[in-house]
Amino acid sequence: MSGIMGFAIVLAALLLGAYVFRVAGQAVTKNAPTFRDMGFGVAFGYVLGAAILVWAIWYYFQPKVLETGVPNAGVVFFRWAVQGFIIAAVAAFLFRLLGRHVGTAGTRKLFRSMPLTASFGILVILIYAFVAVFAGAIAPYGQAEILGAANVVAGGDPALGGNPEYPLGTDQIGRDILSRLIFGAQNTVGIAFVTTCLAFFIGGSLGFLAATLQGWLDQLLSRGVDVLMAIPSLIFALLLMTIASVWANKLGIPLTIFMVLIIALIDSTRVYRLARAVGQSIVVMDYIEAAKLRGEGLGYLVFKEILPNAMAPLLAEFGLRFCFVFLMIAALSFLGVGIQPPLADWGTMVRDLAPFINFAAFAPTAAVAPLLAAGAIALLTVGVNFVVDWMLHKTSGLKE
Amino acid sequence: MVTLFVVSIVIFVAVNLLPGDFAEAILGQGATPESVAKIREDLGLDQGMIVRYFQWFGGMVTLDLGTSFAQLNFANSLGGAGTVTVADQIAPRLANTMFLATVTACIAVPLAVTLGILAALYRNTAFDRAANIFTLSSISSPEFFMAYVLILFLAVLNPIFPSLSNIFDGMPFSERLEKSMLPALTLTLVVTAHMMRMTRAAIINLLASPYIEMARLKGLSPMRVIVKHALPNALAPIINVIALNLAYLITGVVVVEVVFVYPGIGQLFVDSVKIRDIPVVQACCLIFAAAYILLNLTADILSILSNPRLRHPK
Repeated sequence: MSGIMGFAIVLAALLLGAYVFRVAGQAVTKNAPTFRDMGFGVAFGYVLGAAILVWAIWYYFQPKVLETGVPNAGVVFFRWAVQGFIIAAVAAFLFRLLGRHVGTAGTRKLFRSMPLTASFGILVILIYAFVAVFAGAIAPYGQAEILGAANVVAGGDPALGGNPEYPLGTDQIGRDILSRLIFGAQNTVGIAFVTTCLAFFIGGSLGFLAATLQGWLDQLLSRGVDVLMAIPSLIFALLLMTIASVWANKLGIPLTIFMVLIIALIDSTRVYRLARAVGQSIVVMDYIEAAKLRGEGLGYLVFKEILPNAMAPLLAEFGLRFCFVFLMIAALSFLGVGIQPPLADWGTMVRDLAPFINFAAFAPTAAVAPLLAAGAIALLTVGVNFVVDWMLHKTSGLKE
Repeated sequence: MVTLFVVSIVIFVAVNLLPGDFAEAILGQGATPESVAKIREDLGLDQGMIVRYFQWFGGMVTLDLGTSFAQLNFANSLGGAGTVTVADQIAPRLANTMFLATVTACIAVPLAVTLGILAALYRNTAFDRAANIFTLSSISSPEFFMAYVLILFLAVLNPIFPSLSNIFDGMPFSERLEKSMLPALTLTLVVTAHMMRMTRAAIINLLASPYIEMARLKGLSPMRVIVKHALPNALAPIINVIALNLAYLITGVVVVEVVFVYPGIGQLFVDSVKIRDIPVVQACCLIFAAAYILLNLTADILSILSNPRLRHPK
């Protein structure tokens, strides 16, 4: 009850503050247009923003450890979040600055009109690609290597149960979490990338084929895709994965290969829809007619005429599709049917390490490991989404 | 309805692609051919595939979802005759999931539409940018990331809500609501972002129209212009995206239910997938697909109803 009362009091104070702010502004600036035409909502927004800022600064400088000796976990996490945000912003800014002065004229021009979020996204993607490619060289230990101590807490402080040899600690059977995170980039991102490429290959070529040939092939494929799309994708993937897991045991083929095929199949239906829609608007163009009259074959039409003209929407779709595939693989792994151990994978890591979260109130560093694995997934998809958002905004020419 | 029929065929065929069958699976490696044959006969697995499909589909129509293999096995091994049907198993779970989805929708839909209107009203301000970044981030994060962050802040650091939603029958409503609050909040975070962005985009799309210009020139306040003049015309896309997201709730619910150990249909589905309890898996799949299709259908009907030009065709 006191919570609701407190909320009401704060709200009333803010509303009053907004009113005072507007009246005071009008009086001080002698009714300048900014204050004269200011809506009450806008004034409230300013006051609310200021209040949040003041609270954040006050909270940031609270002591890390309470007088009772218990760590003040909320403050610790808040400081990490703020520091992470500032570092990300600065890194994105520096990266954009670098891009504006290094590289060809084309890339420099690109970087000049780029919002900070997009440059942050590009930076994140580059870092992930680098880590994924060179995982074997960066990681201090092997991904399945079982080391001396299990359940070492992150932070490397022996007093809190850490060990400087394992900066992010070890998991429940003693594997180094940092190494597994790094190898997870290779496994999770690599597999997601391969799957997306496969989905685009299947969906894209079938979609263009349907758009070019039309007739019964188009009808058949489109109705088939309609049916497959009527089943929610995660549910369908789970169903097929169950079946595949049995086959995988029987045939001795790794389950991961089945997973790639299944997710590629499910996602290719979405790609097919887009490729067909884009292709249909292209095949009615005059240059396609000209190519047909020249006597070009089907392969030439699809790959040399339609594909280059459909590149922009397909590229944006590739980014989005990659996010969906990546999230689906992570979700499947989290549910225990995706990428199989001993391969390191972020989804599985989250599931295995999740119980550590319950100790966060006593040792904030204990909760870091599962959140890092989940955060690694989130960071990449956020980065890709920022870039795609910017690309769509740029190509569609939306200015509002 | 035709789609649903075809989907049921797809699900059935997919399940029957399993090598071997449940009889071999429960008896394990040391199964003798006689015992396998006995169980097959008990479960009706010795009949042809098409016969079994029509038996299953016929039962589905009359809401007789068959008997869970695992429960049957369990009951037999105890020597009891009381078998639990799939319908008995699913019904309470489905009710729980519906409850969770309803709570989520009650929070998410008003929140998303309000935020979307505000973002459209104060477009290109700091509020809009912050909302844009926040929603983009929450759309792209996996559900379990959101779930664990919420657990960390609302259950572990500040014990406001319980992190496990062990709800059961006969629980008072308020307690039930409190226990399912964290899963509902997680789902809200996931779906609100998308709905809000679409609301904002749909409204902003209309702002260049002549009647909006007219309303502005009349001297109406920006809030009134948006709520009275832009919103009714933007309803169709907004309704569509709300229905799509409610359909999305159905799939998102699987992961979230597993995180919070919420006894809903998603949890049941994952469990049966793990033990290959075919009747339950089939029934769950069909229920998910049916809900998905129905919600999409509702969205189409509602967007026709919200547009007078489509309601009264010339």
